Amino acid sequence: MALFIVILILMIAGSVVAVEIKNMLSAVIAAGIVGFGVSVMFLFLKAPDIAITQVIVEVLSLIILIRITTNADNEAIEKKIDNFANIVGLIFVGLFVAFCFWAFVDMTAFGTPIMRVSQHYLSAGLEETGAANMVAAVILDYRAYDTLGEAVVIFTSILGAFVILRSRGKKKLTEKDMEKVGIPE
Amino acid sequence: MIVYILNVIIMALGLYCLIAKRHIIKKIIGMVLIEYSMNLFLILIGYRINGLAPILLPEMNRVQFSQYGVDPLPQALVLTSIVIGLGTLALMAAYAMKLYEKYRTFDMSEIRRLRG
Amino acid sequence: MKKEQIEKIVHDDGIGMSLIVKTVARMMIAVILLFGFYIIIYGHLTPGGGFAGGVILAIAYTLMMLALSRKIALEKFSDFWASFWDNIGMLSFIVIGFIGLSVGYFLYNFLWHGEPFHLISAGIIPLANISIGIKVGACLYAIFIGLSIYGRVIVKEEEE
Repeated sequence: MALFIVILILMIAGSVVAVEIKNMLSAVIAAGIVGFGVSVMFLFLKAPDIAITQVIVEVLSLIILIRITTNADNEAIEKKIDNFANIVGLIFVGLFVAFCFWAFVDMTAFGTPIMRVSQHYLSAGLEETGAANMVAAVILDYRAYDTLGEAVVIFTSILGAFVILRSRGKKKLTEKDMEKVGIPE
Repeated sequence: MIVYILNVIIMALGLYCLIAKRHIIKKIIGMVLIEYSMNLFLILIGYRINGLAPILLPEMNRVQFSQYGVDPLPQALVLTSIVIGLGTLALMAAYAMKLYEKYRTFDMSEIRRLRG
Repeated sequence: MKKEQIEKIVHDDGIGMSLIVKTVARMMIAVILLFGFYIIIYGHLTPGGGFAGGVILAIAYTLMMLALSRKIALEKFSDFWASFWDNIGMLSFIVIGFIGLSVGYFLYNFLWHGEPFHLISAGIIPLANISIGIKVGACLYAIFIGLSIYGRVIVKEEEE
């Protein structure tokens, strides 16, 4: 319990730095602190599958984020402080935290889960599926539709990224079109 | 309880970053923070004190495993959610690169003004 | 590209990172790929599975692209083959589901379950793990190809 609190406080410090620092490369790397802290938490929360996945995904997402921060201006835009956005953001965050406190009253205490459905997975999973890893049994046998949906989502996301990024098949814009769209030069 | 509250603080920081900051990369970082804390919250709900990881070994006692194992269902759902998060992060990165190539700036209010 | 040309590019200082990084990366890529396949194939017995192993496969080729150069990585595994393996993984998972439909219901675990704690056990779970691993690995590598190639081509055209 104390270990979890220490790692969570480290993650809060990392996220405060990621939100408030001016240099974008530093912000991205501070977000990496939060990701690796999450993976250490997964390891101590007895979830080794997710810990492995989170470490590697974090490395790959850091590479992608550093890729978009380099060859661009990585300084924050701080000409004038936007008071309206700050006030609206703080109001939303306050409402959100208040609703969370309201919801936590009805939850069970930390460490005592309600396992009406998954008790069956633990007690009969080996006989019904033959897999020793219960997480693999759940994602590929009991709830394989969820995995199919995940595959479709990631397929669609890469399709979208390719459509946005590629410009080979597109016709060259004429000057008239540029005026119509309003691109400044 | 205090673990849940500390987790919600990270989510609130991500929400504030998403709403109040004007830089596009800061907005992406806010999304990523919300996603991490959401995944962690689901795993925290399924944790059992002094629990066993949901992976059966040959020398393990089956009855003890079914009594003390942690919840495998949120772990399975979060496992897919993490990889989906990487896909959506790549999509957001593609949008950010395209916007930067078109407008030569990352400032949201600047982009809005140029559109008219 | 022939092998001598690749050797020449690897020992050339102008392409990719420095010589130490390139040498270590060439040794490590095979080990990382082997570890990825181990994680995928033993996914139903030990921690891991298709998702984790697929991301490890993607990161091996990403290391090749970053450390050696984009040219060598695309020679080894081009964007056409990345999308090809992506579709193959997706289709094989759906085909496994439809074979189950002909026996019982969609994604039915129709194969013999076998003895527990052995490599060949658990019915369709290892096959589905392999297809998901191929799918995720090729897909994430393709995303990285997209982010690295297409963006840079546009910038270069504008500068010229």
